[in-house]
Amino acid sequence: MARGGKRALPEVNSGSMADIAFLLLIFFLVTTTIANDKGIAMLLPPPPDPNQEELDIKIPDRNIFKILANSQDNMLVENEPYMGTMVDLKEDVKKFLLNFGDPEADGIEVYNSFPPSLKAYVNQNGKDPKSSDDPTGTNAIVSFKAARGTSYDLYIQILDAVNAAYNEVYAARVGITAEEWLALDKDDDIQKDMYNRSRAGMPRAISIAEPD
Amino acid sequence: MSKFKKNSKSSNEIPTAALPDIIFMLLFFFMVTTVLRETDLMVKQKLPKATQLTKIQRKSLISYIYMGEPKNTTLFGTEPKIQVNDVYIMKEDVIQFVNQEKDKLSEVERDQITMSLKVDEEVKMGIVSDVQQELRKANARKLLYSSLRGIQ
Repeated sequence: MARGGKRALPEVNSGSMADIAFLLLIFFLVTTTIANDKGIAMLLPPPPDPNQEELDIKIPDRNIFKILANSQDNMLVENEPYMGTMVDLKEDVKKFLLNFGDPEADGIEVYNSFPPSLKAYVNQNGKDPKSSDDPTGTNAIVSFKAARGTSYDLYIQILDAVNAAYNEVYAARVGITAEEWLALDKDDDIQKDMYNRSRAGMPRAISIAEPD
Repeated sequence: MSKFKKNSKSSNEIPTAALPDIIFMLLFFFMVTTVLRETDLMVKQKLPKATQLTKIQRKSLISYIYMGEPKNTTLFGTEPKIQVNDVYIMKEDVIQFVNQEKDKLSEVERDQITMSLKVDEEVKMGIVSDVQQELRKANARKLLYSSLRGIQ
């Protein structure tokens, strides 16, 4: 062949190309971590101001839903030992939020913005004079205090249950499910408007006390 | 007879010329989507499960703080430790870390910094709340308790 006029074109053996590519592929498959940036969002209170005198605002007991967790991971809810599941806790918080025991003007406004299903829920389960006045401002606060020895797992579960109660109420106000509500895209004007409507007048009043 | 022979000879091999191309396509897909882990985890991480998860829209605003039992228990003991970047820190150093992270952002975004707490579920609340107090002092108040999706 070499002697002949025509030379064969030199060819690189590409049979093992696939193997090389496979090797690289497997490397990337193994090193890939699917980014997990999901979680429960929370806003911490601003740092204590040393110049400010301690404010002593009296909030009636009925307007605070107390959750305590001790270092044995036992719970005290509304001053009673709690044995129920997190789903029960969520329902209790929901009942507390939608009580409307003695609503003020803006509380009545919030009530009037509710769809019929939520109004029915309030009339059926609410109106307890020993529970919250209305879900506006400081008239319904969920207070949660964990001890230093409480496990982080329980802390997250309780926080999750309380957030679930709020999210379900918000979602029900605009007539969607809690999952759909969480997935609302705040960059989209229509969805943002829906989000704002669902939260109007009902702040997420979760107070997390420092452990002793 | 000869007819049959010809037919069977002509196509008894699958053409594999396009195989590398297919593999390369997969390879490129994974190369593009891969985010290489920036830090080596030195603490145990079994994140808690929760249902009410929100997603942070902008990743550049997130900084991570890891907490958990050290992986190397013979060297560091079993008490939970705080890890940022590639080192263990004490709780007093959290403020410094936050300021470092804030410096990386442009001025308008500094207040929006979100601290993602990646805490092992077996950690006790004491250390978590210490870190939270430090974050309050450092004025990084937006938190994300990183957790996995769980069934209710």
